[in-house]
Amino acid sequence: MCSVCIMSAAEIDGELPRDAPGVARGRGFRHRYLPFAYPALAITAAVIVFPWIFTIYMSLHDWKIGQRREFVGLSNFSRLAGDPRFLESIGHTLYFTALSVALPVAIGTAAALIFNERFPLRGLFRAIFILPMMATPVAVALVWTMMFHPQLGVLNYILTKFGLPPQLWVYSPETVIPSLVLVEVWHWTPLVMLIVLGGLASAPTEPYDSAKIDGASAWQMFRHITLPLILPFILVASVIRTIDALKAFDTIFVITQGGPGTASETINLFLYLQAFSFYNIGYASAVTIVFFVLIVLLAMVLLWLRQKAKWT
Amino acid sequence: MKSSKMDRRTFIQATAFGALAAPMLNVRSAYSQGGAFNWKRFSGQSIEVSLTLSPRGDLLRKHEREFTELTGIKVGSEIVPEQQHRQQAVIQFNSGNPQFDVITISWHVQKRLFGKSKWLVDMKPLLADASLTAPDYDFSDFTAGGLRWAVQGDGRMDTLPLNIDPWMIYWNKELFAAKGLAFPKTFEEIVMAAEKLTDKSAGQYGWVSRGLKNANVPVWTSFMLGHDMDPVNPKTIKLQTTTPEAIAAAEYYKKLNKEFAPPGTVGFNWNESQTSFSQGKIGMWLDGIGFAPPLEDPAKSRVVGKVGYGIMPAGPKARHSATFGDGIGVPVASKKKEAAYLYCQWATSKLMCARLLQSGGGSPCRGSAYSDKDVIAGLKLPREWLTCLQESTAIGRPGLPEISPVTEFRDVFGVGLTNMIGGADAKAELTKATEAFTPVLAKSEA
Repeated sequence: MCSVCIMSAAEIDGELPRDAPGVARGRGFRHRYLPFAYPALAITAAVIVFPWIFTIYMSLHDWKIGQRREFVGLSNFSRLAGDPRFLESIGHTLYFTALSVALPVAIGTAAALIFNERFPLRGLFRAIFILPMMATPVAVALVWTMMFHPQLGVLNYILTKFGLPPQLWVYSPETVIPSLVLVEVWHWTPLVMLIVLGGLASAPTEPYDSAKIDGASAWQMFRHITLPLILPFILVASVIRTIDALKAFDTIFVITQGGPGTASETINLFLYLQAFSFYNIGYASAVTIVFFVLIVLLAMVLLWLRQKAKWT
Repeated sequence: MKSSKMDRRTFIQATAFGALAAPMLNVRSAYSQGGAFNWKRFSGQSIEVSLTLSPRGDLLRKHEREFTELTGIKVGSEIVPEQQHRQQAVIQFNSGNPQFDVITISWHVQKRLFGKSKWLVDMKPLLADASLTAPDYDFSDFTAGGLRWAVQGDGRMDTLPLNIDPWMIYWNKELFAAKGLAFPKTFEEIVMAAEKLTDKSAGQYGWVSRGLKNANVPVWTSFMLGHDMDPVNPKTIKLQTTTPEAIAAAEYYKKLNKEFAPPGTVGFNWNESQTSFSQGKIGMWLDGIGFAPPLEDPAKSRVVGKVGYGIMPAGPKARHSATFGDGIGVPVASKKKEAAYLYCQWATSKLMCARLLQSGGGSPCRGSAYSDKDVIAGLKLPREWLTCLQESTAIGRPGLPEISPVTEFRDVFGVGLTNMIGGADAKAELTKATEAFTPVLAKSEA
């Protein structure tokens, strides 16, 4: 309604010819309508641009709460490059992220294929399957903490009932990251399933009919029809999972606080420690910038892959 | 000859003085109403109180209505988990505009930072002000240990003593009796007892203590104090963490946690340790004295009535209990300092200290709480616990260094201690941690 009014007014002014609405708006259009964008621009500047500029500014200072602030140039970044704990945290982050993306994507895709088929009580099972996704991450982490307890946890109880040896789960440097990934898989596989299921629902049926006529096997149909059709959706799910896994904090913090020792200390945990436990604001700001660059790079790679896999 | 008539200037001055003094006179008269201390002097004001999630915080919140009835001051209290509370406080103080009028602080972590930053009001002038301090507050009743913590290096007292937490050993009398053992008197005897009590095939272990980095440092310092050594020299503020005493203490830590503690101790904080001990399969647990109530609660514990409360045994050179504690203070930035101070007074009053002791949720810093027969009669925990508390307090010594970057200290050395449980060499880990922390300490003291 409103756009119609605007168009009519503009047309009366002779500034917006119907045949070239995007080209010939001219200076008058900009002057008249740009002020409508100012509030949004101001809010964006306040909540996004200013914090970023301030973070960059802080990263160039040696600033610890309670101490004097001193300009140090890029030395926080060079210190980061030689900080073994930070470098170790990058390794932990990538390891955690790789597992936390690959497993939910694989299991979620398999689950989507199953739930795409028709079988009795499918709706009920689907609802049960997506339940974990609705739980609050901190609550999930607290429950899993109890389950992981090496003496009293239910996981070891189940293992011993099956004659398997009890495990240390998050209480061992060797198994802590896979155990944390287990929580992620349980929590976020339903999200992947829902995205891929959406892809399956929107996929055309004609290629399958042709393939059946041509005598293709189930595997061939999956390999050459289903997979290419749902690949863009899988990649969207991968992008979302990658960003989520890179950002993972609450689960790890509640369950291990980055331990044992520093065995599950990801970049986020390292950043939190520097900023809010040690109050090294300058150094933590440098970590934030490096971390941001890392996330952007990974997201760009995944988006490029998605672009390549787009339906043509 | 000077005229006795009041000139215009004198009249204006007198009027101005009168106008300024009038409210003060009103306050004075309100204060001295009936000749008794007037708790209602600031009636109608509202204060915000920032507390940590602990039995102390719960107790204060539980009874805060009594404070409102006494003073007419409304209280809005917020209880925040310890770690988040510390972080939140520093950020708010640093902003220059904290959103609370009263705050509890952990001396062992925050004292030095708060003292250097002068974020809290000096209590001494307030205590000396008879119009603000109730006559029955009885400041002389506070124990020397509590006051030592409360006073800063420059002589300011920016908190009132709230609670002291000495570390001791909880021991399972039933398991000890089954092996014919008595509670150890020395560090060596701890190791021997832990070894005899450990039967891995039966899921029984002689020892449990914190292995989680950061949380585990007081366990190590508990052994260090028995070697008459502090991790940081209190006079020179230099690290003493690679001394033979520090290494020997780390060896005790490593041996007990690696060989005689349940699997997974590397990730244990106090709560996991408590859960394990309360199942009845652990011989000894070294931790703060405030964990007795859940151990004596049949709904939460399988060791009710079987717990011994042991004072930290003697080390090769000394016998000390590592102590920690909390104080309560008023931010300099508060606009309701007097009302907030009244809250602090009430929170550290004889009545509240008695309640704290009786609940077993902490050890108050007032001598009267321990000498009052009625208070002792109402104690919900065994007398042995009280004896242990009193004797541990008597041999108390700070379990963490009084430095600003104490959290970083705990983290850096905590990682080393965790690595030791995994088998790393104690000396090498302490050397590495000392090298990493030395510049941090030097910078903080610069």
